[in-house]
Amino acid sequence: MAEYRLTTPLSEEEVRKLKIGDTVFLEGTIFGIRDANLIRIFENNVPPPVDFTGAACIHTAPNVRKVNGGYEKVCIGTTTSSRMDRFTPGLMGKYGVRAIIGKAGMMEASMEAMKKYGGCYLAIVGGAASWETEKIQAIEGVWWEDLMPEAIWKFRVKDFGPLIVAMDAEGNNMYYQIKARAREKLADIYKRLGI
Amino acid sequence: MKTVTVDYGLYSVIEETAKSLYIKALKDLPPDVRQALQNAYEIEEEENPKKILSTMLEAIKISDNKQCLLCQDTGIPLYFIKIGSRLNIDIPRLQKAIIRGTERATVEHPLRSSVCHPIKRTNHQTSTGYRIPLINLDFVEDGDNLEILMVPKGSGSENMSFLKMLIPAEGIRGVKKFIIDSVLEAGANPCPPFVIGVGLGGTSDLCVKLAKLAAVTRPLDSRHEDPDIAALEEELLEAVNQLGIGPMGLGGKTTALALNIEYAYTHITQNPVAVNIQCWPARRARAKIDVNGKVEFGY
Repeated sequence: MAEYRLTTPLSEEEVRKLKIGDTVFLEGTIFGIRDANLIRIFENNVPPPVDFTGAACIHTAPNVRKVNGGYEKVCIGTTTSSRMDRFTPGLMGKYGVRAIIGKAGMMEASMEAMKKYGGCYLAIVGGAASWETEKIQAIEGVWWEDLMPEAIWKFRVKDFGPLIVAMDAEGNNMYYQIKARAREKLADIYKRLGI
Repeated sequence: MKTVTVDYGLYSVIEETAKSLYIKALKDLPPDVRQALQNAYEIEEEENPKKILSTMLEAIKISDNKQCLLCQDTGIPLYFIKIGSRLNIDIPRLQKAIIRGTERATVEHPLRSSVCHPIKRTNHQTSTGYRIPLINLDFVEDGDNLEILMVPKGSGSENMSFLKMLIPAEGIRGVKKFIIDSVLEAGANPCPPFVIGVGLGGTSDLCVKLAKLAAVTRPLDSRHEDPDIAALEEELLEAVNQLGIGPMGLGGKTTALALNIEYAYTHITQNPVAVNIQCWPARRARAKIDVNGKVEFGY
């Protein structure tokens, strides 16, 4: 299990090197995306207002405070990713996103996209919003404020991690592997419980 | 029996307390939850689960030092209220005070409002709406205090809720299988290591409520007073942890920090079982208000 320190934008080559179980720390910018803005992009066919080439996108709808025309962070945490599975092929194939940061993992549509285009899923610790907020240095941009808090956000980060590579470009999915291992143990667990 | 008539000022104390409890619950994790996470960190041997648990412990420290929210999900606000039987209290007014306190916490702090209409999806931005916050009333014999337990119930874990109306022939074996299968299905979604609440018996609605009570109201280091239920709690917790789902579902020794069971008598033809899960930030805050309006905060 290797540890990588990567700077955004991410190249296809560096993302394809990542294997499940590796640890990543990011530096640069990450984009906050979620249900409402992804629905606008892919179901209402409105192209994203920012260039996502090589981007790392995080599943979030932050709690912010408005100050002098900009936004200040209050609490930024990550949401469950599985709701956004159907958008990954478009994000990676059409708009060049390389990494999705989220919690609890994604499914087949995302696994296929990661294999095809050279993408990965980086697991962050869910529920640890105080830690995540501390790790984000500043909010550098916001688009589609009408969808607040599910606007598109641009965050500056440094030393953003540990993020664990939970899905890689070879089609490996750690969540699937862990569940498969748990299923193998089921017979033994049932037996001990007298089931 | 002596009846204590409550002074009008008490309702504003209740409102203030409901407000403070919501904010406190979101920032200050109970000591038993901290200890359970620390224990999980210590027994873990592999690198990745250790990193995840250490991040969780760091997040708690940051919340303590900066007085900030631990998780961004302010959840659905739940209030569990115990009313001493000697209190002559106006229940509608009590409920109004709790709702008002919830609204004020959300607007004045401010907190993200996570409460919306189930069809229109409209959000009043106050963490309140029709029938929300959920207010559970309970009565204590010979008591003259008002106890309020506040729980913000996050969605990642609440979405992993399960109920099955088994038949009596499936017995305790069917119950055990349903619990293990539900935990496996929930997997990484409810932010493990989580707390598993199990409801046994009752009617379908009571069974689900018992599972919720077991998941969110009991300290993690508590055991059921009935030794048979306590033994079942221990047996099932061990079995769940053998699954190896681990912190954040990425493998490891601790999938659940605790497994609590609450039961009720049921119908001779029924065998209901429910599972409710609480995420690792198992947030709760408690207050006791005495008849003079003096408030004592706890967990």
